[in-house]
Amino acid sequence: MSESTATADILDRFGPGAAMAGTPALPWLERLRAGARQRVAATGLPTPKLESWKYTNLRPLEKLIFGPQAQERISIDRLPSLLPQGQSAQRLVFVNGLFRPDLSTRTALPDGVRAGSLAEALAEGNGGELSDLLGQIAGSGEGQAMLDLNTAMMTDGFLLHIGAGVRLELPIEVIYLGAAPREPQAFHPRSLIVMEENSRAIVVEHHDGIGDGAYFANHGCEVRVGKGAELRHYKVQAEAEDAIHLANLHVEVHAKGVYDNFILTRGARLSRNEVSVRLTAPGAECHLNGVYMLRGDQHCDNTTTIEHLAPETASREVFKGVLDERARGVFQGKIVVHPKAQRSDGHQLSKALLLSDSAEIDAKPELEIYADDVKCSHGATAGDMDREALFYLRARGIPEETARHMLIEAFLSDTINSLAAEGLCPALMSSVGHWLSDAATGGEL
Amino acid sequence: MAANVETIEQVQAVSEKYKYGFVTDIETDTAPKGLSEDIVRFISHKKNEPEWLLQWRLKAYRHWLTMPEPEWAKVAFPPIDYQDAYYYSAPKSKTDGPKSLEDVDPELLKTYEKLGIPLKEQEMLAGVAVDAVFDSVSVATTFKGKLEEQGIIFCSMSEAVQNHPDLVRQYLGSVVPAADNKHACLNSAVFTDGSFVYIPKGVRCPMELSTYFRINAANTGQFERTLVIADAGSYVSYLEGCTAPMRDENQLHAAVVELVALDDAEIKYSTVQNWYPGDENGVGGIYNFVTKRGACRGRNSKISWTQVETGSAITWKYPSCILQGDNSVGEFYSVAITNNMQQADTGTKMIHLGKNTRSRIVSKGISAGRSQQTYRGLVKVSPKASGARNHTQCDSLLIGDRCGAHTVPYIESRNRNAILEHEATTSKISEDQLFYCRQRGISQEDAVALVVNGFCREVLQQLPMEFAVEAQKLVGISLEGSVG
Repeated sequence: MSESTATADILDRFGPGAAMAGTPALPWLERLRAGARQRVAATGLPTPKLESWKYTNLRPLEKLIFGPQAQERISIDRLPSLLPQGQSAQRLVFVNGLFRPDLSTRTALPDGVRAGSLAEALAEGNGGELSDLLGQIAGSGEGQAMLDLNTAMMTDGFLLHIGAGVRLELPIEVIYLGAAPREPQAFHPRSLIVMEENSRAIVVEHHDGIGDGAYFANHGCEVRVGKGAELRHYKVQAEAEDAIHLANLHVEVHAKGVYDNFILTRGARLSRNEVSVRLTAPGAECHLNGVYMLRGDQHCDNTTTIEHLAPETASREVFKGVLDERARGVFQGKIVVHPKAQRSDGHQLSKALLLSDSAEIDAKPELEIYADDVKCSHGATAGDMDREALFYLRARGIPEETARHMLIEAFLSDTINSLAAEGLCPALMSSVGHWLSDAATGGEL
Repeated sequence: MAANVETIEQVQAVSEKYKYGFVTDIETDTAPKGLSEDIVRFISHKKNEPEWLLQWRLKAYRHWLTMPEPEWAKVAFPPIDYQDAYYYSAPKSKTDGPKSLEDVDPELLKTYEKLGIPLKEQEMLAGVAVDAVFDSVSVATTFKGKLEEQGIIFCSMSEAVQNHPDLVRQYLGSVVPAADNKHACLNSAVFTDGSFVYIPKGVRCPMELSTYFRINAANTGQFERTLVIADAGSYVSYLEGCTAPMRDENQLHAAVVELVALDDAEIKYSTVQNWYPGDENGVGGIYNFVTKRGACRGRNSKISWTQVETGSAITWKYPSCILQGDNSVGEFYSVAITNNMQQADTGTKMIHLGKNTRSRIVSKGISAGRSQQTYRGLVKVSPKASGARNHTQCDSLLIGDRCGAHTVPYIESRNRNAILEHEATTSKISEDQLFYCRQRGISQEDAVALVVNGFCREVLQQLPMEFAVEAQKLVGISLEGSVG
C-alpha cells in the first residue's frame, strides 16, 4: 500500500505522460513500464550517496514543480539546425519529447530503412518486433533509476532501423527542442536505433531550447550495432540555460561492428550523459569521445562504462573539457575487461582546462580487468592553459583574448577533427566558436 | 621420473612458501575474549594510563559501536565477529616489563633471531634501531641510549604515554581522528602498543629507526598505534616490518600510523608488509586494515611513503598525505603483490591544501593466481592550493588469466593553477622478456621474478638498503607457484 503511494508520488511529479501518444495498449509494453515503475519507486532518484552519482546532485531537479504538457503554447519561428538544408537524409523534429511531422523534413529513404517516431511505429502495429528490442538492450539491472523513470514515463522518441547491407551516406538529423513557456516541463523521449548486419548510418542529434523556461529532458536511448555494421552517433547538447538534461544511452555492439559516439555539451544548467557500451563479440569496437564547454553555474557529468565481453575487442575514449567561472565538470569512465576478453585493447583519456579559480573538475577514470592478455591504459590531466603557448602568441602581437580563444579551439579541435564523419567537423567546430563568442559578449550562455 | 621431480618441487615450494609461519611457544598474559567497555578499561588499566586517555578510548569505543563497516573497497570477506578475538595478549614477564634485553624472555629473542632482526648485540653491525612489537606489547627497543644523546625519543607507545604524556596528548589522533573510519576507531579504543618517535628541532636522525611487528598468539587481533613527529628542520627514516604465524583462522590487524612533519622536516616511512597471506585456497591469513596518514604541517616539509605489500589475506590500506604547509611534498611509492586468493585494495590520498604543494604517486601492482588487486587513490586540490602539482603513475601486471587488476583513481581539482597528471596501464607479463630469459637458461620462476623486479625497480629503489634486498627476495617468494 505504502509502496504504491510512494510510486505515485515519485512519478506524478514528472507530469501526466505514461502512455505512448496514440498507441493501443500493448501488454508487453505495460509490463515493461510496470517493472520500471516498481524499481524507481523502490530506489527513488539517485543521490550523491551512490558511488556513480558521487559528483552529481539532482537537487535542482527536486526543486522544479512540473506543469501539464504545453505543446500548443510553444511557437517555433526558427528551427535551430546544425546541418545546412540538403545535407541530411532526414530531419526529424521532436518538441518536448513529442514528434512533430509538421516541422520535420522527410525525404524518401532507401528500402530497408525506417526512420521516424517510436509512437508512430507502435501505433502501426510494429509492437511484436519492438518488444524484443525496447528495454531489452538496456536490460533491467540495478542502478538505472533515470532510465527506469524514462521507461515508465516515455511518450515518444526517435526510431531508426537500418536493414542488412544498407549504407546510408547522408546523416539523419534528429532535433530535440525543449521549451517551458509558462510552467516547468518534464519529458522523457525514448529512442531506439537498430543496425542490421553490415549496414551503415550517421545520426546527428541536436538538443536545443526555445526561450529560457526551466525544463527537464530525461532521454533514454538503446542502440544495437549488428555484425559488421557501423554507426556514427553524434550529439550536440545546447539546451536552454535553466534546463536539466539527463541522457542514458545503452549500446550493444556485435562482431566486427563499430560504434562511434561523440557528445558535445555546452547547454543546460545540469547535464549528465551516461553511456554504457557492451562489446559482445570478437572484433567489436567502440569510440566514445566528447567535449564540454561550461561556464556560469553549469554542471556537466559524463559517465561511461565500456564492457569488453569478448576477445579482440577494442575501445577508444577521449573526453576534453573547458571550464570557466563556477562551472563543474565530471568525468567518470570505466573500462571493464571480462575474463574471456583476452587480447582486448582499451584506452581512455580525460583532459580538462580550468579557466577560473572557482571552476572544478572531478575525474575518475577506472579500469577493472579480469583477463591477463590485454592492453589497457588511461590518463587524466587537469590544469590551466599552457602559459608558454600563450606567451608565444602574445609575443607575436595577438591580443590575449584572441590568443586564449585560439588555444581553447586548438585544445578541443583535435578531438573533433579526429571524428570519422569528417563532413560534420565544421558544424561542430562552429558550435565551439559560438560558445567562445558568447564569452566575448559577456553572456552567461 | 617427471612425477618425482614434481613432488620434490612441491615439497620445496611448501617449505619455502612462508618461512615466518612458525609459532613461538611462550606463556602469554591474555585478556578475556571479546570486546566491551570493560576490555577497553582493562587495557587502559594494564598500561597504567592517565584518565584522559581512558576517556579518549571509551569515546572512540562508543562511537565505533555506531559506525557501519566500510563496504566500498573491492574486497569480499565474511563479516568479522569482533567478540571472537582477544584484544590483549602480552608475553608474560615480570610485571614491570623488561628493563633491558637481558630481561626479555630468551624464547622471544629466539623468535626475532629466526625473523632475522638484529635485536641483540648485532645492533652495532646492523646500525638499525629496532622496536619490536610482539602481539600487543613492545618487547624491546635497541639503541635507545645512543638516540637519547641527540634528544631523539624512540620508545614504545606505552612508555611514551608514561614518560612524554604532553607530546602524546598533543599529537595522538591529530592526524587520524578517533572517528575517522571503523577500523581506525576500533584501534583508538583498544590499541595496545606501538612505536613513538620524536625527532627534535634540527636533528637528523643518525640511523634508520625500525619497528618489527609480529602476531603470535592465536585468535588475537593486533592493534598497534605508531606516532612519528619530526620537529622543524629534522629528518627521520623509519622502517616497519610485519610477520605472523600460519593459522587457519583469519586474524585482524587494524593499525593506525600518524606522521607529523613540521617546517622543513622530512619523514621517510617504509613498510615491508609480509603478514601471513593464507594458504592457496584462501584459508586463514591476516586481515590487514590499516589507516596510515601523514600531515605535512610545516612549510617545505616532506613525507614519503614506500610500501612493499606482499602478505595478508586482505589488504585495505591507503597511506596518505595532507599537504597543509606551503611548498610541502608528499610521495607514495608502492609495490603490491597478490597471489593465490589474496585480495588487496590499496592506494593513497594526496590532499593539496597549501600553495605550491607537490605530490608524486608511483604504484606497481602485480596480480597472480586467483587474486584481486585494486589501486584506489585520490588526488584533491583545494581552491587555495595554487601551483599544486601531481603526477600519478599506476601500472598493473597480470600473471595468469584468473586474477584481476583494477584501477580506481579519483582526481578532484578546484584550482586552475594546479597541474594534475594521471596515467595508468595494465598488461600481462611480457612473453618476449620471459622467452629471452628462458633462452639463456634461466628457469621460468626466476625469469618471472627478474621481470617483476624490473617492473618494480622504480619503487624498490626508494627503500633503504637493508630492506631493498629483503624486498627483492620477497617479490620472488610471493610469486612462487604462479607460473608454469
